[in-house]
Amino acid sequence: MLPNPSTVESVAAAMDMAELRGRSLWADARTRFSRNKAAVVSLVLLILIGAFAVFGSYLTTHERDFIDFSLTGRYAYLGVPSFETGHYFGTDADGRDLYARTVQGTGISLMVGAVGALVAVTVGTLYGATAGYFGGRIDGAMMRIVDILMSIPFMFVLILMLVIFGRSIFMLFLGIGLISWLDMARIARGQTMTIKNKEFVEAAHAIGVHPAKIILRHIVPNLLGIVIVYATLLIPNMIIFESFISYLGLGVQEPDTSLGALIGEGARNMGNGVLWQLFFPLFFFVMTIFALFFVGDGLRDALDPKDR
Amino acid sequence: MFIFVARRLAVAIPTLLILVVLSFVLMYAAPGGPFNSERPLPPEVLRNIEAKYGLDQPFWKQIVNYVVGVVTQFDFGPSFQYKDRTVNDVIAQGFPVTLTYGFWSFVVAVTVGVSLGVAAAIKQNTWLDYLAVGISIGAQVLPNFVMAPILLLVFTLWLGWLPGGGWNGGQWEYLIMPVLALSTSYMASIARITRSSMLEVLNTNFIRTAQAKGLPMRRVIWHHAMKPAMLPVLSYLGPAFVGMITGSVVIDVIFSTGGIGQFFVNSAFNRDYSVIMGITILVGTLTILFNLAVDILYAWIDPKIRY
Amino acid sequence: MTLKTRLLATSAAIMIATTGAVYADGHATHPVTGETLASDQTFTYRDLDESPSIDPGMAEDSAGGDIVRDLFEGLFNQDAAGNLEPGVATGYVVSGDNLVYTFTLRDNAKWSNGDPVTAGDFEYAWKRAASPALASPYSWFIELMSVENASAVIAGDMEPSALGISATDDTTLEVRLSQPLPYFTQMLTHYTTFPVHQATVDAFGSDWTKPGNMVSNGAYVLTQHVPQEKLVRERNPMYWDNENTIIEKVTSLVINDENVALTRYLAGELDRTDVPAGQFPRLSAEYPAQAMSVPYACSYYYMFNLRDNGPEELKDPDVRKALSLAIDRDIITENVLAGGQKSAYTFTHWATAGFETPDIPMASMTQAARNEMAKDLLAQAGYGADNPLTIDLVYNTDEAHKSVAVAISQMWKQTLGVETTLANQEWQTFLEARSNGDFDVARGGWCADYNEASTFLDLMQSASGYNDSKYVNPEVDALLADAKTADNPQADYTAVEQIIAVDTPIMPIYHYASVKMFAENLEGWPFENFQQNWYSRDLYKIAK
Repeated sequence: MLPNPSTVESVAAAMDMAELRGRSLWADARTRFSRNKAAVVSLVLLILIGAFAVFGSYLTTHERDFIDFSLTGRYAYLGVPSFETGHYFGTDADGRDLYARTVQGTGISLMVGAVGALVAVTVGTLYGATAGYFGGRIDGAMMRIVDILMSIPFMFVLILMLVIFGRSIFMLFLGIGLISWLDMARIARGQTMTIKNKEFVEAAHAIGVHPAKIILRHIVPNLLGIVIVYATLLIPNMIIFESFISYLGLGVQEPDTSLGALIGEGARNMGNGVLWQLFFPLFFFVMTIFALFFVGDGLRDALDPKDR
Repeated sequence: MFIFVARRLAVAIPTLLILVVLSFVLMYAAPGGPFNSERPLPPEVLRNIEAKYGLDQPFWKQIVNYVVGVVTQFDFGPSFQYKDRTVNDVIAQGFPVTLTYGFWSFVVAVTVGVSLGVAAAIKQNTWLDYLAVGISIGAQVLPNFVMAPILLLVFTLWLGWLPGGGWNGGQWEYLIMPVLALSTSYMASIARITRSSMLEVLNTNFIRTAQAKGLPMRRVIWHHAMKPAMLPVLSYLGPAFVGMITGSVVIDVIFSTGGIGQFFVNSAFNRDYSVIMGITILVGTLTILFNLAVDILYAWIDPKIRY
Repeated sequence: MTLKTRLLATSAAIMIATTGAVYADGHATHPVTGETLASDQTFTYRDLDESPSIDPGMAEDSAGGDIVRDLFEGLFNQDAAGNLEPGVATGYVVSGDNLVYTFTLRDNAKWSNGDPVTAGDFEYAWKRAASPALASPYSWFIELMSVENASAVIAGDMEPSALGISATDDTTLEVRLSQPLPYFTQMLTHYTTFPVHQATVDAFGSDWTKPGNMVSNGAYVLTQHVPQEKLVRERNPMYWDNENTIIEKVTSLVINDENVALTRYLAGELDRTDVPAGQFPRLSAEYPAQAMSVPYACSYYYMFNLRDNGPEELKDPDVRKALSLAIDRDIITENVLAGGQKSAYTFTHWATAGFETPDIPMASMTQAARNEMAKDLLAQAGYGADNPLTIDLVYNTDEAHKSVAVAISQMWKQTLGVETTLANQEWQTFLEARSNGDFDVARGGWCADYNEASTFLDLMQSASGYNDSKYVNPEVDALLADAKTADNPQADYTAVEQIIAVDTPIMPIYHYASVKMFAENLEGWPFENFQQNWYSRDLYKIAK
């Protein structure tokens, strides 16, 4: 369900009232965000997708791992999406209910995306801003580490994690986190190098503000625009990357699944006349990415310090 | 500047050395080995093979031998999996392929991506913006393992216009689908970074001033906004270019192009130690070089930047 | 005449000459069947992956074997049914104690550079294959053939020259065995035994297998090889039986993804490709003349971990048997894979030469009866709703393995209430886990090295390096040792299969089929050949 425009407007109006009472940074941002209709609609959509992942399983009687053996091998014509059979999204190639699997897969993939984005934004931004701000040897050393980590055969890191720590969903997130921040660090560093020459940073430096405070208060907020855009770009990659991690045996295991795995399976069966196996998972993936884009765009506008 | 470049190149050598040692450790610590298979080899056969490839030596000696071989003779050793060829053979055959389609993908991704991004930024919140954003998200959310089979179905099976795979020395008809499939997601990312960064630049005072002075929009964009707006795009392009020219496994697997990406992944799965090392060093070198190139371009774009 | 037109004229003349010389206007007919042959005699097929080697002494996979069989020819070939047929050897005599084989070689066999193929080439090739210096991963095949001193040569205790093979003269080859081996001559169709041209190997070293360098004695010569893309071989005019070769050019394309390969097949780019799991019913309905399924010499099974430190629950044979009974193999073969595979109740593939599938009680029961029995067995062992059995099932990452594992775990759950934890693993990690015993139940697959039941059942020997269950049963060991020398080993094999059915160290699941698409005009494929050893020179394309 989408919120009707009048609700959005009344929320915005309430925000305007709040503005009169004094403008905190966050309230200010919230106001600007809520004025961006696309962003608000997308936020609602994201919440709905999240709700689907959490509560969707209550809407079906089928379990995600139950194989209806009368459908195995005949899924191409008996497993079509239908309300009568209760397989709203049809069945997968193994004869399992695709709706229940999509619900569960969406949940995993949303978490993967959230963790990837979170690590990239926090670790990547801080690391990059620090390197860029200090420059010189510190920058050199920090960036050479990134160079090495970018080139290392990452697969072996994942396999070793599997061997040493065993299989768990936490390891999946650790694996995602380990790789997601590298590019972000380079981008944040590049931007920091230009920002640090700006007057406001030089002024802060001149009056003796602590470097940590300069980075957090003056540099990071100015990075947010690019950081948010890049984070929204990163999320789909991470959701797909998850299926590779799972391929190695580290991540999600059958009978559990993820959007990446479902899309991969659907793509393989594409020529087999069972397009729904690709369509439904891809639909949730696409919706999530679209929504994230507009939310990201709204956030970027709302948080941009230059607009103040 | 010259000193800066020289210093970075000097640092590259220890960096690569650390990369080699780390990768060696990781590789050997991972379970399995190059000669494991469903049918385990009899111990004496395994011993012969390990002796042939020097795997019976102590670990540190293997690294030293390897590094010495690479440095003195540019010899990356024989492939453990493809027993008829050396790592140099593998790279000499696969890298030009990937370089070719990677280069064209890069050209396509950058030209289309930047144009889309700039157009969207200038006409923010118009149909052109929405169209550009729509195209770029669409391109982003179709993973290339979905995109590539679709291209194949359409252009090879239904229309019959293009060959379904192979390389044939890089003739253009074999190049189209790999380039399309590889460039789209990069194109989308570039478009979106460009758009956002251009929007930020257009909001800054000096651009507003330039506009206020009545300079034509085109001139403002090209002479004033373009350079600063390209900074974050550049940061992205460094690793992205390396990613493209070292290839995408998906492209190699689906279009049978025989590029380096597939060798890299296969060698990791096969524990073909020497090929893994060879390609890791290649990727490492390229990463270092392109990140250096990006840093140089930074200084050119924003003369205030000091290293 | 200007230069340009003259060039055109000559090239046209050459074209006429080449096409005309071989197949006059495309109306040539097959020498035996009399079918009209197509003017285009090229064969293009899909290989899953680049082969590790195409050097006969080094080759180690079946796709590489296909290529080597085209490029080289050993003492014997297989005909369409898998029977021996003369290759470079025209015949042999064997000594009374069955230990010395003397082969007579044909005198008209030639290498592609015109040199004669001699007994010395075989002697060189075998000694090379066994030598520690070459360190071939298939050197054990020489040992498997029981060639005299093979073990000592491989172990480095003797010089390769001590290997029991010697050329008496150019056309006489003598092989000495360390023990009689009833199926020795069968093994001579294997690529490890093929001859190698010593002068070429000496001249080029490990580069000798590259196009331009390679000298071979088969019906085809290597003309182009781009790893991970394609390998092209063309008719060898020096081949002794060249006049009966019909296919002019064979191309193998490496296409990793089977669905992509199928798309390209349907677009007409391939003459042969594999059918992805589960798609055979649809394809055979749409293309009945093209989709083919024939028995293929491999068995698919799940093994239990019977090590001392393995899971206690699975030490009870009744528990293992219950799990085996509850697997509805017909669903796996008919619905999950649906490619003409056969449900397996014995480890040995049903189509193995000279093997009669023994009577296994479970095989003749209905699935309902099996399920009842499984429930009873498990209940007697003390497992039920209040004390459910839990199992870790490990398999290597692959779509088909996944589908089978998922289906079996559901059968166990739905029938027995057994909770299964599925774990897929990347190949090398999987192999390591399996050989270290880090599993309760693990997937296994085994393909025949030669067409005889012992190639399967030897895995059940306590000391076998391939016995990852670590199943130990002296009775089985004794029976298998007896089978090696018995005149008719079938009784031993029957006994072993019956013991396995009771002890259940492994659960046979299905016997493989080779499921492929073949271009409609391609003829001569040896469907009857159990090991699917095919030779391009037997193939031909008919005109539509």
